[in-house]
Amino acid sequence: MTETLRHPGYDEEKLQRIAELLPCREVQAGLLLSLMGQPEHLCYPSVFIYGHRASGKSHVLNILMEQLELPHVMVSCVECLSVALLFEQVLQSFFGADAASLLPRGPSLSDFVRIYRQQCSESPTYQTRYIIMEKAEMLRDTEANLLPALLRLQELVEDNVTVIFLSEIVWDKFRPNTGCFEPLLLHFPDYSKGELQQILSKDKHPSYSAEFYSSYVNILLGVFYSVCRDLKELRHLAALNFSKFCEPLEEGKVKESDTHKLWRHIEPHLKKAMQTVYLREVSSHQWEQMQEMDNKDVGAVRGLSAHTHVELPYYSKFLLIAAYLASYNPARTDKRFFLKHHGKIKKPNILKKNEKTSNHLLGPKPFPLDRMLAIFYSVVDSRVAPTASIFSQISSLVTLQLLNQVSHDDQLDAPKYKCAVSMDFICAISRTVNFDIVKYLYDFL
Amino acid sequence: MSKRKTKETHVPVGECVAQLQKLLREHLCREELPETPEGVASQHKHLLELLRRTALHGESNSVLIVGPRGAGKTMLFKSVLKELLENEDVAETLLQVHLNEITRQLHLENVVGDKVFGSFAENLAFLLEALKKGDRSSSRPVLFLLDEFDLFVHHKNQTLLYNLFDVSQSAQAPVAVVGLTCRLDVLELLEKRVKSRFSHRQIHLFNSATFPDYVQRVEKQLSLPATFLDQRQISVDILRRHFNSSKDFRSLHMLLMFCLSRVSVSKPSIKPADVLEASRMCFADAKANMLHGLSILELCLIIAMKHLNDLYEGEPFNLQMVHNEFKKFLQRKSSTMYNFEQPVVMKAFEHLQQLELIRPLDSSAARTQREFQLMKLLLDTSQIMEALQKYPQCPTDVKQWAMSAFG
Repeated sequence: MTETLRHPGYDEEKLQRIAELLPCREVQAGLLLSLMGQPEHLCYPSVFIYGHRASGKSHVLNILMEQLELPHVMVSCVECLSVALLFEQVLQSFFGADAASLLPRGPSLSDFVRIYRQQCSESPTYQTRYIIMEKAEMLRDTEANLLPALLRLQELVEDNVTVIFLSEIVWDKFRPNTGCFEPLLLHFPDYSKGELQQILSKDKHPSYSAEFYSSYVNILLGVFYSVCRDLKELRHLAALNFSKFCEPLEEGKVKESDTHKLWRHIEPHLKKAMQTVYLREVSSHQWEQMQEMDNKDVGAVRGLSAHTHVELPYYSKFLLIAAYLASYNPARTDKRFFLKHHGKIKKPNILKKNEKTSNHLLGPKPFPLDRMLAIFYSVVDSRVAPTASIFSQISSLVTLQLLNQVSHDDQLDAPKYKCAVSMDFICAISRTVNFDIVKYLYDFL
Repeated sequence: MSKRKTKETHVPVGECVAQLQKLLREHLCREELPETPEGVASQHKHLLELLRRTALHGESNSVLIVGPRGAGKTMLFKSVLKELLENEDVAETLLQVHLNEITRQLHLENVVGDKVFGSFAENLAFLLEALKKGDRSSSRPVLFLLDEFDLFVHHKNQTLLYNLFDVSQSAQAPVAVVGLTCRLDVLELLEKRVKSRFSHRQIHLFNSATFPDYVQRVEKQLSLPATFLDQRQISVDILRRHFNSSKDFRSLHMLLMFCLSRVSVSKPSIKPADVLEASRMCFADAKANMLHGLSILELCLIIAMKHLNDLYEGEPFNLQMVHNEFKKFLQRKSSTMYNFEQPVVMKAFEHLQQLELIRPLDSSAARTQREFQLMKLLLDTSQIMEALQKYPQCPTDVKQWAMSAFG
């Protein structure tokens, strides 16, 4: 599978090493090398490389630049809050710290170009210089003339320099309104399942055999591949769960070749990982702790979302239920649900409800405070006096972000709210007070 | 197609190819000035005449050169300037200034030293004053070149333009102001007072190359014998396709660069297959490439969005609706392989948002919960269907779901 990279301008041995360090990316590395040409040759002024996260863009460029010892600077656009940081980094890498100190405070593009030209004439180089900008999509939010200028930097400074942009977003979203110099577009394709297996198997543990690890990777990919193809995430998950996978082996219950038993042991564990670690509901530290605990003691892992399930006082629960009903039922149906004698209410359209208008798909609607209180008095079984303690509970619900205030802070007499809890949450709450909420919801009639 | 190799000296193939690469890369990457600019003879003459009048007779002029990207505006100006400077009388008297660094270029740093200037007009007046030479009664003519002229229009009050054009209209030092821009409507952007001081002289450059000119350019760039391209029908078709999509020479250079990069010692000539491959790389659909790398869950979400778009004719959707649509599909399938929880689906949805394949309708993100925020799909149906064909190991029921109308 490994093809050899060959290019006349560069050392054979170094290219060999590069091919070893870049599994499954030899084609892309070869393409880049052929575009770069020999070190003294000119390269196209700007190149734009796009591909998914963890498809090896920065990695390939890093390895190429370092192994071949080409003059380059890697700039991450996330770090460069202002253009001054960008200019400083470039000048420092190419010409040293003295050149960078020549930049005035608050430098503009013309200062940068002028200093670059000066330094270039003092210390000319015959090798192509490379400026590599990672996360280039951030450049769209900086000043409007930066991106077009970087695309034609070779022409502006009259030097053999190439700017390489790396990004996840396609080039069509970068193009400025009046057009610009178009860069060469290169795509780094995603890894296939076989390639992922190959790369993940390289992380093997020293005390176990390679086949054992690759069967583990196979099982892991089987569970996670349909959800996530990001190499970094998969490596993280593989590293976290390997010790659990090896547990039965250490306890002596199974041998290395009993893949079926190992699979049966690890599969529920991986499924649980998908709901917790994959979603970052628990940190990797918590996950590892949980694995070390004895199997019988393990209860439900308390993820971040579980902490929102706070214990509310009795009336607050009913207030929340009333808010949910007010948000998700249309106002005209209140009469039918909450009055004792409502008579026959004819539904104006008896046709089957179009699913789109189901409020559970569109989201909660705002309601005035009076309506919620009216529903509240109707659902609470005992007689409740409208005291200040009830109203203060409404404010504390807003603070807990279970209700959202929709109206402006100035409106004190008719505030509007929206209910911000999910169906599962409200069902759990209504179960604790023995209230059948589904009976009162319009969408479930 | 064979390259002309230097037959006189017997250099080894490797070095020959290296020299070739070097030469051709210079042609393609660095836009060299041609000896005689082709196809722009009348514009060339016009501009040359104008600048000569400023330089020799002290007449003030202003002109705008307007043309689409890659039409050759800078090239035209540079070749006119070169020709102008070859004339000795002119070379003495003309001073070329890049507007960003007027003071510096005219070596006036020591003069400016401790003076404090008020407005830009005073600054400019001082500058022009300082240009008066000792032995001649009048001051030297100055040529101002403003590249990307449409950006100067966005300055506050258009001060710079006003002052420059003012100087060019009044009987002060002779200046020539040349602006280069790619916007055809640039005159509409000028303020009334600036517009009245401008001479309304415009030179238009359009890509008026025909297909034979295009082919000739290819040959010239690669220094090929003229007869080759007639024989290989494939290359001509590809070139015609490129010509039809954009006439300018920059995209041609990109195509040739890809072809050139495939030349190496083992294959020292460009074959039609190389041109085909290069063309394929130039015309690749970027979004379809990105769709290829999505996970199955994300792909199913996109298909669900496509069905929602078809059903409701492009109205925006939110995650709940998409998930609902996906669940309806899962109900029909008996296996529970893709029965994922809501948070996992949410993470996939957010990944799609990060890749900018969907985007929120408005930025009132604070008010609504994330799963109810309305979104728009930024993909076309044909792109989705094409991506599905190429998707590796796509399950057949997912494909069938995509093809069926209205899910």
